[in-house]
Amino acid sequence: MAVVSMKKALICGMKKDRGAVLDFLQRQGAVEVSAGMEDDAVFQKKDVLSYKAADEKKASQAQQALEVLNRYAPEKKGLLAAFAGREIISVDQYEKMGSQREETAAVIERILTLAKEIGEKRGVLPKLEQQMEELVPWSSFDLPLDFQGTKSTRALIGSFPEQISQEELSRLLAERTEAPVELTEVSSSKVQSCYFLLCGRQDFQTVDEALKGLGFEKAPSSSVTPARRRQELEEEYRRIREEISGQEKEIAGLASQREQIKFQMDYYLMQAEEYEVLNRLSQSRNVFLITGYIPADRVPAMEQALNQRFEVYTEFSDPGEDEDVPVLLHNNKFAEPVEGIVEGYSLPGKGELDPTAVTAPFYYLLFGLMLSDAAYGIILIIACAVAMKKCPNMEAGMKKTLRMFLYCGISTTFWGFMFGSFFGDAVNVIATTFFNRPDIRLAPLWFEPVSLPMKMLVFSFSFGIIHLFTGLAVKLYTQVKSGAFADAVYDVIFWYMFVGGCIVYLLTMPMITNMLELTFTLPAVIGVGAAVVAVAGFVGVVLTSGRESRNWGKRLLKGVYGAYGITSYLSDILSYSRLLALGLATSVISTVFNQLGSMLRGTIPGAILFILVFLIGHALNLAINAMGAYVHTNRLQYVEFFGKFYDGGGRKFQPFAVHTKYYNVKEDI
Amino acid sequence: MLNIGVILALLGAVLAALCAGIGSSIGVGMAGEAAAGVVTEDPAQFSKVLLLQLLPGTQGIYGLLIGFVTLTQIGIMGGSSDISVIKGMLYLVACLPMAFVGYKSAIRQAQASVASIGLVAKRPDQFGKAMIFPAMVETYAILALLISILAIFGIGGLAI
Repeated sequence: MAVVSMKKALICGMKKDRGAVLDFLQRQGAVEVSAGMEDDAVFQKKDVLSYKAADEKKASQAQQALEVLNRYAPEKKGLLAAFAGREIISVDQYEKMGSQREETAAVIERILTLAKEIGEKRGVLPKLEQQMEELVPWSSFDLPLDFQGTKSTRALIGSFPEQISQEELSRLLAERTEAPVELTEVSSSKVQSCYFLLCGRQDFQTVDEALKGLGFEKAPSSSVTPARRRQELEEEYRRIREEISGQEKEIAGLASQREQIKFQMDYYLMQAEEYEVLNRLSQSRNVFLITGYIPADRVPAMEQALNQRFEVYTEFSDPGEDEDVPVLLHNNKFAEPVEGIVEGYSLPGKGELDPTAVTAPFYYLLFGLMLSDAAYGIILIIACAVAMKKCPNMEAGMKKTLRMFLYCGISTTFWGFMFGSFFGDAVNVIATTFFNRPDIRLAPLWFEPVSLPMKMLVFSFSFGIIHLFTGLAVKLYTQVKSGAFADAVYDVIFWYMFVGGCIVYLLTMPMITNMLELTFTLPAVIGVGAAVVAVAGFVGVVLTSGRESRNWGKRLLKGVYGAYGITSYLSDILSYSRLLALGLATSVISTVFNQLGSMLRGTIPGAILFILVFLIGHALNLAINAMGAYVHTNRLQYVEFFGKFYDGGGRKFQPFAVHTKYYNVKEDI
Repeated sequence: MLNIGVILALLGAVLAALCAGIGSSIGVGMAGEAAAGVVTEDPAQFSKVLLLQLLPGTQGIYGLLIGFVTLTQIGIMGGSSDISVIKGMLYLVACLPMAFVGYKSAIRQAQASVASIGLVAKRPDQFGKAMIFPAMVETYAILALLISILAIFGIGGLAI
């Protein structure tokens, strides 16, 4: 249980080895590279960000190609794909796949070109459709639509945006022009009427003017008859469709290259990160320097491996007092899963203890108390165990989360049996409804919170007091360890006396014990003792909590304000009533669903209804209450527990490593 | 015979479910709009913002809980529903904390949720903290639930 101690690393090598050393460091993922020293006459930083950008572009092209590929040849994914993690490959495999970069780049380019062409062609299709649509009213017309007329006549071919009969049109035209016009209706519908008009060559201007006034619009021009033109368009449409499907097939045919493309993307992501690091390195003409932090336990192996493989000079030293050392946590298997929760709050700051080990058991217990249903716990355990078993390559973070829920599931099962809840009161409901045996029920090992809510409330408060006092104990431990004995007495012991004395004193009052339905009332003698302790604690707090002030008046006022902090203990303890509330929520909602399901009694339709309501209802209840338990467990840890002793503020250790999406390169040393 | 007692008690149960339910639906709706906005920009944040969206939903569940417990206590879910007027009144009053606090806290919690969703959108790594702000509001819904539930269980034992 602890924050891993860090060493400062200095690696100095020849430039010819630079790429290989960086590759090696990246695969090991052990060193966080810090910005090198200031530039001087010999050592300078080199700007390689343009290379980085180029690699990032290649990676994003590969990603686009993958997206295209997934559109035309979807990848089959299992149910647990989200947990699967990256495939681990050896350096040899990496080299082998890397050697095909050129070919893969060509494939990627081909896919992207095809996708672009398909897109363009898809854009043409609606236009063709529209052109074909426009020709429909003209299909019976047997002249080309751009027919101009004969030697002495001019033809006007077009449509009016309304239904106009031939007589009406000739009347309307006669009103506007005296020129003789020959009219032929080609087709007519409610929204438009198509006409072929013929007039004398010399009358063209006037007729054209007159027609414009009537909303005349020229027909789409083509040098062949409409029927013929339509056929042409149809052929073109079909040809483009065929081309598209051919290209789609070609893309789908490239699906065999999918793994290679994934590798390509990862390859360039790794390269880009390497350039990012390279950008920070100080380099002279022949030498490069890497400075950074490395976990102390990895130093010997790394030192040996580096010196064995390359001509480098390595130096590992303890970081200075005022350095911003990154934080990495390391805990045993039981506590490790909760590291993520601690990180979600804040990593330990300078000189602070890693609170994971003490947080973990409370985390599991609190979660279990809130969900508190044996069946839900078993479901959680099985789901997490199966996912972990099926996906051995799972990412470390995901693995931790699942292991955390696995332990939470165990705790949930435990509390579920303690409180006699298995899918709520399902055992009893099923026995009563379908087997007519109302006497069968899952008896609680301890008690049922629904029937004894006061008992559960008292238990919640007691659990809260233990949790809070443990928090104080951690503070005591840190202060004693750092030698601040006086602070330990002032900040922890006095509060123990004050709060603890008050609680014990309350327990001697019959009013309180009756209210809490306790079976005992402590004798008055203990009450006197407790009161003395509490008052001593109070005086101590008043005298010391303003101790940074030299002025005694100010100091006492601050002290009184400090003692007012007892109210925050009150609200902290009350806050644990959520254990009761969330526990009740789980069991009452399960009961509601069970009752709903058993409405039709023990008939066949009743059984079907029951199964349906049971499955849907409990799935919903589990989801909602597991979420509630997660959020409120975090809250109790972050606000009530961490509030007593933990500040955080550390910076996360972020090593130079393989941050890819599909493949992870492993190199054993 | 007109049984005023049961009517009053039922009114209480219904109010708890009603007000808290309305509050939660407003709240979850508000947070949902914000969450959808974030997902359009960054679909990877879906699970995080979904959790934040659901936070103001618990008040509705607490309202249901109070409603259901009251229904079982007054015998509407089976058994005799012979309740005196005084007892009915008491049940009604006992349900009020959950009804009022449930309604208002769900909406305020949703506002905190919306702000937290904005926080996660900008800094996904701060999810742990973002979750706590709305959860702080929920404390008061839990306290109201506690008082309502203790009162309801207490009334059952009274001989009036």
